[in-house]
Amino acid sequence: MAMVQPRSVGARRLGAHLALICFVSLIVFPLLLVISISFREGNFATGSLIPERFSLEHWSLALGIPWERPDGSIVQPPFPVLLWLWNSIKVAVVSSVLILMLATTSAYAFARMRFKGKEPLLKGMLIFQMFPAVLSLVALYALFDRLGQFVGWLGINTHGALIVASLGAVALHIWTIKGYFESIDGSLEEAAMVDGASTWQAFRYILLPLSIPILMVVFILAFVMSIMEYPMASVLLVDEHKLTLAVGAQQYLADHNQRWGNFAAAAVLSGLPITVAFLICQRWIIGGLTAGGVKG
Amino acid sequence: MYTTNASRGLPRHRSRHLAERYTRWTLRCLIAVLVIALLWLVLAFHLNGQWMFALLFSVLGGSLAVVFTKRTLMSHRYIFPAVAGLGVFVIFPLLYTIGISFSNYSSSNLLSEERVRSQLLRQTYQEDDAAFDLALYREGDLTRLLLDSGTQQFVSSPLNLENQEIRQIGIQAADALPTSETLPMREMIQARSALQALRLITPDGTELRMAGIRQFAPMLDRYEPRENGTLFDRRDDRLLTPDHTIGFFVADTGERITPGWPVNVGFANYTQIFTDPDIRGPFMQIFVWTFVFAALTVVFTLAVGFVLASLLQWDQLKGKAIYRTLLILPYAVPAFISILIFKGMFNQHFGEVNMILDTLFGVRPEWFTDPWLARSMLLVVNTWLGYPYMLLLCMGLIQAIPQDLYEASAVDGGGPITNLFKITLPLIIKPLTPLLIAAFAFNFNNFVLIALLTGGNPDILGASTPAGTTDLLVSYTYRIAFQDAGQNFGLAAAIATLIFLLVAGMSLLNLRLSKVKV
Repeated sequence: MAMVQPRSVGARRLGAHLALICFVSLIVFPLLLVISISFREGNFATGSLIPERFSLEHWSLALGIPWERPDGSIVQPPFPVLLWLWNSIKVAVVSSVLILMLATTSAYAFARMRFKGKEPLLKGMLIFQMFPAVLSLVALYALFDRLGQFVGWLGINTHGALIVASLGAVALHIWTIKGYFESIDGSLEEAAMVDGASTWQAFRYILLPLSIPILMVVFILAFVMSIMEYPMASVLLVDEHKLTLAVGAQQYLADHNQRWGNFAAAAVLSGLPITVAFLICQRWIIGGLTAGGVKG
Repeated sequence: MYTTNASRGLPRHRSRHLAERYTRWTLRCLIAVLVIALLWLVLAFHLNGQWMFALLFSVLGGSLAVVFTKRTLMSHRYIFPAVAGLGVFVIFPLLYTIGISFSNYSSSNLLSEERVRSQLLRQTYQEDDAAFDLALYREGDLTRLLLDSGTQQFVSSPLNLENQEIRQIGIQAADALPTSETLPMREMIQARSALQALRLITPDGTELRMAGIRQFAPMLDRYEPRENGTLFDRRDDRLLTPDHTIGFFVADTGERITPGWPVNVGFANYTQIFTDPDIRGPFMQIFVWTFVFAALTVVFTLAVGFVLASLLQWDQLKGKAIYRTLLILPYAVPAFISILIFKGMFNQHFGEVNMILDTLFGVRPEWFTDPWLARSMLLVVNTWLGYPYMLLLCMGLIQAIPQDLYEASAVDGGGPITNLFKITLPLIIKPLTPLLIAAFAFNFNNFVLIALLTGGNPDILGASTPAGTTDLLVSYTYRIAFQDAGQNFGLAAAIATLIFLLVAGMSLLNLRLSKVKV
């Protein structure tokens, strides 16, 4: 608490609250608007934030249930949103688990071992992490196109390709986990190794159980990044039933046929779980993000 | 901090535990299987003539085998999988892209020279002057074809002309004309698709195909291989020579025969970027806009984030936790969803932004067709998306500033504005710089925003490649490579290589400023 207080502190406090409330409402307005639109009737409905003509049509369609209008016509769901969400989650879970495994083992080596080429490798990882995958999309496309001729599940239009391609983003996570490992005192592992444990055992039975929190953080981070991945998925996936949410969602707002209402319901349905998960884990995620780089 | 040498060089005893011995052997088998699978891939790529990929996988398989058999490389086993992932999916594509930038790889020069040659040799043409007149004769439900060239007559067996699949039918020389009723013109037109699918094979092996509504003509191989790799074009009666500097077969007149094959063109793509006015103009315009966009984004997000962070750090303010959660909401919502939300909100006809502007000021700006409005929209949306990151960074850094500085300022009569610019900003700007460079680099390559919000539109007029006024260099590259009918991979790779250089510069600068300790 500051000891020296200006006289007009009450007025200033009020001013700060007013400014913050105005700003927050400006920021949150688009999000509230989308929730409101998802409950409005029709695709071009206008009106106030609280819908005057309440309808569950868009929600029903987003959940894949055909909707019967009051005039008796049946509307079919335009896009398989739930399938896209499932594809996204499937790809994200598998790639996050793989990334976690790769990042943990190498972070252990980088934190605890001495070996040739350690410093250039670590610095190189930091540099290469800044190169966006969009720029080498032609090469990645060619790589998976050729690989697909021999290994079916790694070809174009497979989730395997997308999962494997995401392993390139492992560098950031290695740095995060390495930092955490270095903050744990090594004497426990040393003691275990004096008692006859191998390096692998010291890592597996001593260090890993101590690092559960950071592993959770990295998993969630990798998961969120994979869900939001757009450029690679847009090139590697072709068929509608193979798309991930990030690629599929834009079809609602195609230039000639904008389904604003349907999009709103699908967006809330798929965006809400991710947003809530992010907010619950924000304390850990933000630490990792602000230390390493920018949200991708 | 202690380090282990991962029991390097020490003799390893057979483990006393059975389970552990089994795990060891399973691991060894797994590695062996992996190496064999990689070797198989190397062979497959090699046989296919794709030496780049063969090389990639032989390097991968070789290093896998070495790292997991040499005892002195025990530590490297831990990092191998991650480094391999980085190598195959980041570094190899990067090098491959640089390689492509020196070639004319594009949708017209896609296949290898051998494949192009065999594709050309499969091409046929119809000999018009040797056409056969067609007549159809009804035979019950079926139809018999009669082909008459004036000197030769052929008949087919009775055929079902309901069947529209492509099929080969043998025909025989006709001894006498069929006696049954002929089909009228109207029914011949009806049977047209079935007739087009017929491949009639004469006794000497020539293939006849439909050439006009009442005509069939022989199909001949169009190209004939001649000595030293040239092809003879029978239809147009000319000689085609393979030109290895441009990757096409070329006629004497200079005409190119598509498809071609990729060849090394040296720096042609780079010189094209800087000398061809139809590419240089849009390229420079996009280049400048990319810098302006990234710089303004950093400035705006930093300004908003910094002011909010200073407000939220004020100890007299209550309800900070709620404000903070609401303020980082844009960061928590997946970007691909919030960008699309803005795309709908800025819609010219039914978007909420225009509705509000219409009721307040009576204007309906065309956000997606006017270049400057589209650019300002991008900046507004990107500030909305990006300020929470700056807010979080600034909050962390402001917390580390000792409170007595503000006390001293208050004693000397400094107000909040003085504090902001004389104490807070100077103290956080230095640790912030490397992160600002990273943010600049990220927005420099902010592909998702452009792709989902404007798609680069509105277009730049007079550009020979697809180029938009809101395109960033990355989205420009993407459009050249994947959206245009030309699919000019070589040119796209050349621009990508230029961006690589810029990004490398930025990340080196970043590494130096942040003084990373390894």
